[in-house]
Amino acid sequence: MPMKIGNERFGERVEKGINNSFMRGAVAGAQDNIGARRLNAIEELGNWEEWRSHGEEIRQHVLEHLDYYLEQLSDNVAKRGGNVFFAETAEEANEYIKEVVQSKNAQKVVKSKSMVTEEINLNASLEEVGCQVIETDLGEYILQVDDHDPPSHIVAPALHKNKEQVRDVFTKKLGYKKSADPTELAWHAREMLRQDYLTADVGITGCNFAVAETGSFALVTNEGNADLVTSLPKTQITVMGMERLVPTFEELEVLVSMLTRSAVGQKLPSYVTVLTGPREELDVDGPEDFHLVIVDNGRSKILGTEFQSVLQCIRCAACVNACPVYRHVGGHSYGSIYSGPIGAVLSPLLGGYEDYKELPYASTLCGACSEVCPVKIPLHELLHKHRQVIVEKEGKAPVSEKLLMKAFGLGAASPTLYKWGSKIAPTAMNPFTSEDKITKGPGPLKAWTEVRDFPAPNKERFRDWFKNREKGGGTSWPEPSKTEKHF
Amino acid sequence: MAGAIQNREAFLNNIANNLGRDRLTTPVNRPTWKHNPQDEVLKGASQDDLVQVLTDHCEKIHTTVINTTKSNLGSTLNGAVQNYGGGPVVTWKDDRFAEWGLKELFTNEWAKQEIDYHEWDFNSASTNINYAEKANIGITISEYTLAESATVVMLSSKDHGRTVNFLPKTYIALVPKSSIVPRMTQAAKKLRERHLNGKSLPACINFISGPSNSADIELQLVVGVHGPFKATYIIIDDL
Ligand code: SF4
Repeated sequence: MPMKIGNERFGERVEKGINNSFMRGAVAGAQDNIGARRLNAIEELGNWEEWRSHGEEIRQHVLEHLDYYLEQLSDNVAKRGGNVFFAETAEEANEYIKEVVQSKNAQKVVKSKSMVTEEINLNASLEEVGCQVIETDLGEYILQVDDHDPPSHIVAPALHKNKEQVRDVFTKKLGYKKSADPTELAWHAREMLRQDYLTADVGITGCNFAVAETGSFALVTNEGNADLVTSLPKTQITVMGMERLVPTFEELEVLVSMLTRSAVGQKLPSYVTVLTGPREELDVDGPEDFHLVIVDNGRSKILGTEFQSVLQCIRCAACVNACPVYRHVGGHSYGSIYSGPIGAVLSPLLGGYEDYKELPYASTLCGACSEVCPVKIPLHELLHKHRQVIVEKEGKAPVSEKLLMKAFGLGAASPTLYKWGSKIAPTAMNPFTSEDKITKGPGPLKAWTEVRDFPAPNKERFRDWFKNREKGGGTSWPEPSKTEKHF
Repeated sequence: MAGAIQNREAFLNNIANNLGRDRLTTPVNRPTWKHNPQDEVLKGASQDDLVQVLTDHCEKIHTTVINTTKSNLGSTLNGAVQNYGGGPVVTWKDDRFAEWGLKELFTNEWAKQEIDYHEWDFNSASTNINYAEKANIGITISEYTLAESATVVMLSSKDHGRTVNFLPKTYIALVPKSSIVPRMTQAAKKLRERHLNGKSLPACINFISGPSNSADIELQLVVGVHGPFKATYIIIDDL
């Protein structure tokens, strides 16, 4: 799967998303479920703002000294007998990996979930040279078996499918004969994949974080697939986005703790695996041969610009889970493997405005994303910056905000969304308020405020609002009647 | 043998260029961070407090906890193995098993009970993996144990096969009470110290919290995906 998904126009994708009622229910349910778990996890931890500040300072420091830390990392990987390849482009990365795979005469590759290998479209390039590539993360596996259905969420890629659909895919493609029970389905995948781990020639992984000081890198999973991918095949190739590293184990620990809490509300997932080099001389398992591929693919162009902070991202998808527009249109609408607010900021930077100029408008600029981001990326401000750049370049916005909000089904007819959004980040709205009235709102608010003024948001916090709403037990879009008392 | 590094100079020069400066050639010191919230978590907790935190969290991650003493370890472990349906059992090769008086159990006692047993042996490479793949239970020892997240930490070596933790249907981790620390912070510090003291890091460090699981289908929890279906921690009072 390349970064870009499909060739439909933005409006068509959005329309499809909005008309897919299972998907919309699934997305809303997932946002509520994961959102609540995340809140529990960070409340239990306490001091979350302090953690966020720490996460931010670590990531900013690394980006400012990125060349130094990458040099240190590569020296240390090489010292442990690993090979390091720096790839400026997706093509260079794919070529190198193909060469390694071909030099081993490899027929079968097992892979654990990785966004960056999706971004560079690695699977297709390996399949071109006759290699069978098997995704082992359950969600990714389902999508792959279903003729490469694109992922719709960074952390839960098969979110848009219900269990009956998964059963039908397994029945058709894998001769599966059991029920639509998720446990039976998962155990079937387990059986199929066990054989693949044992017979694969090469294991390919992404990299959650590399550690410069030791030449190590960490993989985070709940299923344990990454562990089998990295302990059974003789050759291992790890692909990392060039910004995904930390100075030492001490920072690794902090970011892993924040990643898993933000992504799924877990203190730690079942498996955090820290690997350093290939196996040691007398070890029985683990790869004999290890390659680390460090990918730029457009990232360096972001450094030194006003968008640099987006490279702080640790891919937790908390922003995706908090986004009212994602909730409404689903992941496929973004036309990129990176969906939600992070996708709307990152996809135009990596893939260009030509393909992604509408994405910065797929936002209400409500600021919910920025508020949940564990490393304090000002996502909604970056979306706003994108819009400024686009308007400057094109002389006008590529889409009318008013029409777009209508397309999202968030029409100006009801101020509910506006209220919802403004509750989330009252501070983000302050510049636009005068005497408790909003006069010149950003984004969709502008479309609305052209017509009428809205009452300024009160100070109720998103957290409180979320809790109140949870108590009400609803998982659907808040109806004005049900939520009115909270405003 | 050191590995190769390719295309590095141009790549890093480009980064420095975009950052608007020359390449950094002198070591960057790790900054004194302004925020250190991780040190506050479970600060001042006693070893018994930590056992409690660990035990409470185990319930949430579908993991059984058993407390025992060194002298009762043999019978406790035997009970846990029977509870999981007996052999085949695979363990690491580790002197601590003998120190804790488990040799008798592993050999004579299990032979009597007809529990098949294999000890990791680096001299016969593929036998180990084939055995682990068929095994019902894997038994390993936690180096550091994180109370907050109920995590056992496994260090690989020639005698500590990493797949013992993953391939068998169930696994049992032996947890010396002295190995329990508040959270990942302390384990990370110790691992870093080890590196800075010139002792090389194991090729694989596994932080394992309970059995494997997935929520990829309709966000419903499935326990036992690619790794074990069940997990038990046996906490040994060694203090
Ligand atoms: S932008 Fe922030 S919240 Fe969104 S995925 Fe990245 S780290 Fe997580």
